Amino acid sequence: MDFLLEPLNLVTFTPFLGVLVLLFLKEREDLARWVSLATALITFGVSLYVLSLFDPSNPGLQLEYTAPWIQVAGFNIQYALGIDGLSILLVLLTAFLTPIAILSTWHAVEERVRDFHLFFLLLEVGMIGVFLAQDLFLFYVFWEFTLVPMYFLIGIWGGGQRMYAAIKFFLYTMAGSILMLLAILWLGINQGSFSVPDLAAMGGIPANIQYWLFLAFAAAFAIKVPMWPLHSWLPDAHVQAPTAGSVILAGVLLKMGTYGFLRFNLPLFPQAAVELAPLMGFLAVVGILYGAIVSYSQKDVKKLVAYSSISHLGFVVLGLFALNSQGIQGAILQMVNHGISTGALFLLVGFIYERRHTREMDEFGGLWKIMPVYAVITLIVSLSSMGLPGLNGFVGEFTILLGAWGGGEGGPLGSNLYAGFAALGVILAAVYMLFMFQKLFLGPVTNKKNEGLKDLNLRELAIIVPLLVLIFWIGLYPKPFFDLMGPTVDNLVQLFQSGTMALH
Amino acid sequence: MLAAMISSIEEVGGFFTSVPLIVFLPLAGLLLNIILGAIFKDRWGERASSGIAIAAVLGAFVVSVLQWLSLQGHHEGVTVMFKEWIQIGDLDIPWEFRVDTLSVTMMLVVSGVGTLIHIYAAGYMHYDVRYKEDPASYRRFFIYLNLFIAMMMVLVSGNSYLMLFVGWEGVGLCSFLLIGFWYSRNPDASTGIGNSFAAKKAFVANRVGDFGFLIAMFLTFWATGTLSFADVFEHVDAIAPGIVLAITLFMLLGVTGKSAQLPLYVWLPDAMAGPTPVSALIHAATMVTAGVYLVARSAPLFAAVPEAQTAVALVGGITALFAATIAVAQSDIKKVLAYSTISQLGFMVAAVGMGAFVAGMFHLVTHAFFKALLFLGSGAVILALERAHHPLEEDGHEHDHHDDHGQAAEHHFDPQDMRIMGGLRKQIPTTYWVYLVGAVALAGLPPLAGFFSKDEILADALHANPLVYALLTAAAFLTAFYMGRQVLLVFFGQARSEAAAHAVESPRVMTIPLMVLAGLSIFGGALNLPGLHGLTHWLEYTLGHEFAHATEFNITVALTSTLLALAAIYLAWLLYGRQPATDAKAQDPLQARLGGLWRAMQNKWWVDEIYEALIIQPYRRLAAFFAETVDWRFWHDWVHDSLTGRGFRGLARFLANPVDQGVIDGIANGLASGTVGLSKVFSFFQTGFVRNYALMVFLGVVAMLGYLVFFA
Amino acid sequence: MIPVSYYFALSAILFTLGALGVLIRKNAIIIFMSVELMLNAANLLFVAFARTYEALDGQIYVFFVIAVAAAEVAVGLALIVAIYRSKQSIDIDELSSMKG
Repeated sequence: MDFLLEPLNLVTFTPFLGVLVLLFLKEREDLARWVSLATALITFGVSLYVLSLFDPSNPGLQLEYTAPWIQVAGFNIQYALGIDGLSILLVLLTAFLTPIAILSTWHAVEERVRDFHLFFLLLEVGMIGVFLAQDLFLFYVFWEFTLVPMYFLIGIWGGGQRMYAAIKFFLYTMAGSILMLLAILWLGINQGSFSVPDLAAMGGIPANIQYWLFLAFAAAFAIKVPMWPLHSWLPDAHVQAPTAGSVILAGVLLKMGTYGFLRFNLPLFPQAAVELAPLMGFLAVVGILYGAIVSYSQKDVKKLVAYSSISHLGFVVLGLFALNSQGIQGAILQMVNHGISTGALFLLVGFIYERRHTREMDEFGGLWKIMPVYAVITLIVSLSSMGLPGLNGFVGEFTILLGAWGGGEGGPLGSNLYAGFAALGVILAAVYMLFMFQKLFLGPVTNKKNEGLKDLNLRELAIIVPLLVLIFWIGLYPKPFFDLMGPTVDNLVQLFQSGTMALH
Repeated sequence: MLAAMISSIEEVGGFFTSVPLIVFLPLAGLLLNIILGAIFKDRWGERASSGIAIAAVLGAFVVSVLQWLSLQGHHEGVTVMFKEWIQIGDLDIPWEFRVDTLSVTMMLVVSGVGTLIHIYAAGYMHYDVRYKEDPASYRRFFIYLNLFIAMMMVLVSGNSYLMLFVGWEGVGLCSFLLIGFWYSRNPDASTGIGNSFAAKKAFVANRVGDFGFLIAMFLTFWATGTLSFADVFEHVDAIAPGIVLAITLFMLLGVTGKSAQLPLYVWLPDAMAGPTPVSALIHAATMVTAGVYLVARSAPLFAAVPEAQTAVALVGGITALFAATIAVAQSDIKKVLAYSTISQLGFMVAAVGMGAFVAGMFHLVTHAFFKALLFLGSGAVILALERAHHPLEEDGHEHDHHDDHGQAAEHHFDPQDMRIMGGLRKQIPTTYWVYLVGAVALAGLPPLAGFFSKDEILADALHANPLVYALLTAAAFLTAFYMGRQVLLVFFGQARSEAAAHAVESPRVMTIPLMVLAGLSIFGGALNLPGLHGLTHWLEYTLGHEFAHATEFNITVALTSTLLALAAIYLAWLLYGRQPATDAKAQDPLQARLGGLWRAMQNKWWVDEIYEALIIQPYRRLAAFFAETVDWRFWHDWVHDSLTGRGFRGLARFLANPVDQGVIDGIANGLASGTVGLSKVFSFFQTGFVRNYALMVFLGVVAMLGYLVFFA
Repeated sequence: MIPVSYYFALSAILFTLGALGVLIRKNAIIIFMSVELMLNAANLLFVAFARTYEALDGQIYVFFVIAVAAAEVAVGLALIVAIYRSKQSIDIDELSSMKG
């Protein structure tokens, strides 16, 4: 029992208790929904409890729990959980988005309801575990573990080509993970430890080896983010996944990639990070522009939002490899922002899909007149996504771009062109977002099928309003969020201030 | 809750602590309107909506006046801290208000003119929503208007570039919402492109400008370590001149977007698709002047690099003349005013570019008065025709026969087309008189407001940059000409359509704001009369003596421009007033005289078409190419599905069939089939007949015995 | 006295008759009888050698063999009856279900 009462174990495994309950509920679909929702809400409650125990002024790991796990033949693998400024917001985001996603499935998932929720809660265990694990091996286990439920969520409850998408998703991610596993094993054997904080403190990996290890880790993370040009699985997975799956996929799973860069690549291989920053920055900027341009030409709303994710996460990666406080803090905040805004966009697309069973933009037009509340909410979320000041997206994008500019000339990126071209993405974001909004909501009602559509109901409002509150909150008063990560990031950045200076 | 927030502001004396109210009052107004909308309906709902909105803006105006009063004792101005905002490392940008003479001037203009326009809109929108057959939109309109005022206040009162940027993009959003107010309308004759397209165009063009603004902010921050105005200006001398030049030029890009200068002005004419009060408030009096305010605010930066100043002045001067030529050849009453606005903004930008910051601000203020007046007046004209053509029930049924024209006639009726007007001065005298005041003020005839402000700019231009002076003088000549043309076409001659003959005067809720604005247009020049220089001294507290020099009244310049304006008006009279057209289809007299030039001006020098061909279409094709060919067909289908996927399946099949089936399976199967074959051989002996077995036993025994006997 | 070689020859003839009967005849009962013939050929040799070497062991074995043969006939006949019941025949050419 002591094991479970540790706050971090509690937040990780609370969803698992829900899974155990669900196993006994084969025939009771309604009850399964409620059990799942209740579990997710309790998990969110527990995450808030963790937040209450968290000390923002402490830059190090907190609430650590460590136990020996696999200790054979010189391998010292531990079950180690810990939380700090880099992960607290992502844990909260995961726990926050899961109940919302579950609530969105109320009428969308009608088949094998119990199994759906079972996988969903298992997924939550994996995601929270990924953000909390402080042992490379444990991290790898959680990392791979998230694949399984997601594979089934796409493969069973997805759209027409779900198997194709599910397999592609699985294989793509696995391919990257293998390289990471090799790098993890190298570290475990040669450095004698799998513990992330120990490895970070140890340092002393030769520069040329750091290089390869960095790339091996980066392969896994870049696929997950996904960074251009490894993004090809994303549109398939998003388009085929059920709404709740897309929300979690965009909201949390993609963040595992950027979080991986932050947690492993930067602190473990600082020299390689500085050296490879221009490469990562280049890929990020290409991703920003490419995602934005490709979004503009989509006909399926969900695909448009999926490609916009590539653009948005390009900003996050660019911020990370600016390697200064503004860039990294902006990037962490932008991870949260993207989870909220893009999650909300997927939910909104889901709402209209449930009504019309199509996502083709040509089928719509003039919806504002028919569904004004829906239109206004979509407008706010779109504006947040394109970075309108006063809403959350702006705070993240601005700080990232500011950081990237600072990390340009004389910094790790080496040129201000990165930030300059990335800022062009701000224009392009307006182009595709407004294009989408116009196609769906403005103009006359041309399609008779849309005339009788009902505006959002109470359940749908309950799903979307919490996201709106956060959109405004982060946009107007992001201080509490920056305060949570500030000391940890400052600590991390010091590593590069010395590193950058050594290089130049 | 609000009270609690305000009390946290440190005490600075006077009424300064109330400054956040200029933002929060309009916000409260719009929230109240959102909530109340569900309660009140119909006429009472309209009264409640407009009442709340007007009260909110009036409140903001009162607070602005209080700031002005407070400033009397503290001319140097104060900053009022409200709340932290973004704080990372060196980056520390709070929600902080700046109250100084410059920002208070803007506050007064925005909330003052804003209040008048709100009042006017209460009457105007009553009709407009009915003509657009969507009465429920009345409330929505005032919610947007209040949001706009709030955002504009953030823009003018922010103490940092970033907070200014919040307002900057916020007003852009409101502009988007209000241009697209009648979002469901298709493209029609009066707007050219549909409302929603015009709205999108405005937002995107502004975003291009915002991109420049963003880059300017990055440069500023990394050069000075701060974004708040006073701190940045302190560091100007320490920044490398190249960086300052880059900052100012990128800022100029932002200015060209927001203040509709070349090359990003194209959104403003299409923005006329919005309801007329919006054109007056946002696209003439306030929002579009934000660029001018930005340059004036950044005076120390611009003054540090003469190259940037020249660039700004040239952009302004060229835009002023360029837009004026287009305005000459438009037949839509609002389009003329739109291009006139671009042209006048060119005057202001040129002024602040030349370092004549006060002159620019002065023209900004007077322009807000007379251009708002002209737009609102044009709204009254449009409404007069609309009501005559298609009376609402409450207007009585005297002109019912127009309805008999049926739908076909309805489509061709464009109440904004000056060619179907004429002789309106008899039908709508009040509108005529105020419009005339506005037109004369704009044309720059003494002693109206426009004369003084424009003259100050011209006098400065003569000193600073003769080329700009020439451009502006030519623009001033054209301004007087097209305003003369417009007044003559609209109000003089004889009615050229049934609707014009029966035009209906607007209600007093609309005409009273018009009269107030007319008064301001007449006496607005008093703000900075030559010799007194009230505004100059007022702004000097903020800009400093260096940048707020009082321009000497130049009698030559004044006489030249006045004479030119009179000549232009006379020319207009010769063409349009002496023998006014009697038929709506008559050719414009200038068309025959100018030929190709007229066509170029009428078609706006084909800039929209050029942009369409050079930027929009290529981008669309590029996006389609990337999305369909590169990303989908090449990367997704070919590389992933064909090359990787099918390649892997091919490899798998190769391994499965020849290798696995042939070799590995061969061995395993061979083992099995060998066993089977062998057992077949052996099973030959197992006949099942006991005798055979017995025989074998015998043979075996015989063999064994034989062995034992013969070999053992 | 008759030399032992005569007994030996008779026994060989009897055994060969029995062996051939087992191998050639189809009737199960006759095969049985042939088996008895072979047993008795062996018995004859036992008795003959017992007389020649004046040892009783051979005669004891003969009793033993007679007893076993009696038991064998009892079991064998029962089997043949059982086979006949199921197959309606005792022709052993038809009894090849043990074929591999």
